[in-house]
Amino acid sequence: MEGKVAYENDLNNLKATELRLGLPGTEESEKKTNKRPLNETSEGSNAQQVESGSAPPSKAKIVGWPPIRSYRKKEVEAAGVYVKVSMDGAPYLRKIDLRIYGGYSELLKAVENMFKLTIGEYSEKEGYKGSEFAPTYEDKDGDWMLVGDVPWEMFVTSCKRLRIMKGSEARGLGCGV
Amino acid sequence: MECRIRKKESPEPNILNQASPFPDEVLERVLGMVKSRKDRSSVSLVCKEWYNAERWSRRSVFIGNCYSVSPEILTRRFPNIRSVTLKGKPRFSDFNLVPANWGADIRSWLVVFADKYPLLEELRLKRMTVSDESLEFLALSFPYFKALSLLSCDGFSTDGLAAIATSCKNLTELDIQENGIDDKSGNWLSCFPESFTSLEVLNFANLPNDVNSDALEKLVSRCKSLKTLKVNRSVTLEQLQRLLVRAPQLCELGSGSFSEDDLTAQQYSEIESAFNNCKNLHTLSGLWDPAEQYLPLLYPACTNLTFFNLSYAPLDGDDLAKLLVHCPNLRRLWVVDTVEDKGLEAVGSHCPLLEELRVFPADPFEDEAIGHGVTESGFVALSRGCPRLHYVLYFCRQMTNAAVATVVQNCPDFTHFRLCIMNPGQPDYLTHEPMDEAFGAVVKTCSKLQRLAVSGLLTDLTFEYIGKYAKNLETLSVAFAGSSDWGMECVLRGCPKLRKLEIRDCPFGNAALLSGLERYESMRSLWMSDCKLTMNGCRLLAKEMPRLNVEVIKEEGCYEGPAQRVYVYRSVAGPRRDAPSFVLAHCGPHNARGSGKGSTTWSIVCTMQPYLVCYMRGYFQNL
Repeated sequence: MEGKVAYENDLNNLKATELRLGLPGTEESEKKTNKRPLNETSEGSNAQQVESGSAPPSKAKIVGWPPIRSYRKKEVEAAGVYVKVSMDGAPYLRKIDLRIYGGYSELLKAVENMFKLTIGEYSEKEGYKGSEFAPTYEDKDGDWMLVGDVPWEMFVTSCKRLRIMKGSEARGLGCGV
Repeated sequence: MECRIRKKESPEPNILNQASPFPDEVLERVLGMVKSRKDRSSVSLVCKEWYNAERWSRRSVFIGNCYSVSPEILTRRFPNIRSVTLKGKPRFSDFNLVPANWGADIRSWLVVFADKYPLLEELRLKRMTVSDESLEFLALSFPYFKALSLLSCDGFSTDGLAAIATSCKNLTELDIQENGIDDKSGNWLSCFPESFTSLEVLNFANLPNDVNSDALEKLVSRCKSLKTLKVNRSVTLEQLQRLLVRAPQLCELGSGSFSEDDLTAQQYSEIESAFNNCKNLHTLSGLWDPAEQYLPLLYPACTNLTFFNLSYAPLDGDDLAKLLVHCPNLRRLWVVDTVEDKGLEAVGSHCPLLEELRVFPADPFEDEAIGHGVTESGFVALSRGCPRLHYVLYFCRQMTNAAVATVVQNCPDFTHFRLCIMNPGQPDYLTHEPMDEAFGAVVKTCSKLQRLAVSGLLTDLTFEYIGKYAKNLETLSVAFAGSSDWGMECVLRGCPKLRKLEIRDCPFGNAALLSGLERYESMRSLWMSDCKLTMNGCRLLAKEMPRLNVEVIKEEGCYEGPAQRVYVYRSVAGPRRDAPSFVLAHCGPHNARGSGKGSTTWSIVCTMQPYLVCYMRGYFQNL
């Protein structure tokens, strides 16, 4: 069966024999398999993920841990378009299923409830007015867009994650960028 | 069975020579009323007559490890069995620690049963491999077959279910849970003939694909005795309504998907009234993709609810609170940790009668916490409001010793305490100390504790506590814990009722393994994976304890070095003959995989009647 328990030591030993592209003597930056994706790609220090208390372990993937049965795992992963929602200044992420919302207004209402804030009115030209928050999202191409700029269906299929921007950055994004 | 009662004569002068005053039929009839397994085992030890009466009158048998006995031995001792429960693979197979094709195939049992138990009515299997051919064989071999329950099994598809539906004319129960099933969709539900009306329990909640909803509706319509109906995710709210109006007598309901784009007001009220008419519901589950706005539909059904399984329904704390207000009689609750501590506070507030809580993680395999999940404060809040709590399964990312101590002070009656701090080896997040004192508090306070699962950073001290205080402990699960052999030795020495010990990724080695020599024959099984055992240690154990099967799961041909996955269990059937090539079975003084001289020893054991009685007693009692 595949998937042996791979401790860190084993990984380090394998590294020496790994085939990689690059000039001899150069080191590729390590990308662990158990990723912290938002840390790598988030702008600035906004999306802070607070590990619950302990020193963050850089553990390799452990087979069969936590002890959740595979059918439950499937349920968790199955259906739905789940995207992470972060808000500038908030310590924790949320996750929502885009498919349960009928459109932008429902989505934004849900986000407002989730983070206890108001987002303001959307206008094509000026972005979100009336509050200091603006909902943005990262699309499939890695570009950060303002929520509402594209038709809903297109948004649902192309949105990778949501981020509620705050302050001047938000206003900046709204102005015809 | 006719009962000819012989008039009791005046007692013979020589009472010692007197045969039993009861004719066999009377004894059998009386003993037939003894239902408990333990009582039956005790009964069988009284004398030879009682042993025989017991074995003839027994109708149902439970085998906790299918390799501990053979179908031949079973059928020889108990000729009249109608109901068999069999468990196969070690529990850690649920978490992919046991390779495919390991064994526990039901086929060989069915072949013997077809011959010896033609009147078989019930078969309940857990972690067994069941092929479609086996299901077809079952359906065709037992004309009185009534109840099939498959839990965590694998190897079959909906074709097998079709065979059951087609041929089992007297089926009352079809319970297919959490299996590795190959769902070919198709029409297995339509295979129940039109004349078929006997179904009382139907559970296909974990089938991944669509079912024929028309066939389902017709089936539910004509089975007037249906008490339990658990459908899968593909069944919509609208379809559910049509089912409910046809089966208002349901006691247990598992819904399908609980969201629907745009229910009309009419549809909403129809569903509402359907739920309202189900006056007997005590168990509710399913509820995939729950849409907040539809949760109120459940309120009328909640009043008499004793078991609410929301483990597929990731609600937040507020929605859970709103639901629980309507569930004052709840005894068992399963939730996803999206409810967070707030949700657990609501549980504490609204469910004073709660006895069991399970909290499953929404994102178990993510490094970072998406949302809070639940923490120590939810655990404490819950314990304050639910003093009758005796079963907990709690997945979390942070915990403290103090919180656990408080929890068990509030709830001293724990029988099952399963705490999973998801980051292996994580200390108390406030004090940064090991979690030893937490589990120390559990075992000191909860004298009735039967099952314990530990986690977090643990030293040998935890196991010292367990060995010293957990005198009723039967099942212990350990992962990424302990400092040395001493820990495991304490447990083996100190827990007299231990039956199942499963350990992974702990620094326990051969010395610890061998310290339990005297224990393993009174246990069902021992599992140790990724510990510090070696092939030599396993060989030694097998040599010293010939009545144990010592199996090592390894790469082929690798007879030396570390023993990565070890499974030890007692057996009266000797080493198993179906071990695949990656299972090295040590047995007796030989290293052979099972055939040859080993079997001669076993046949001697089996024909010695008094020896068999003593041995079987231990076996059937403590499975």
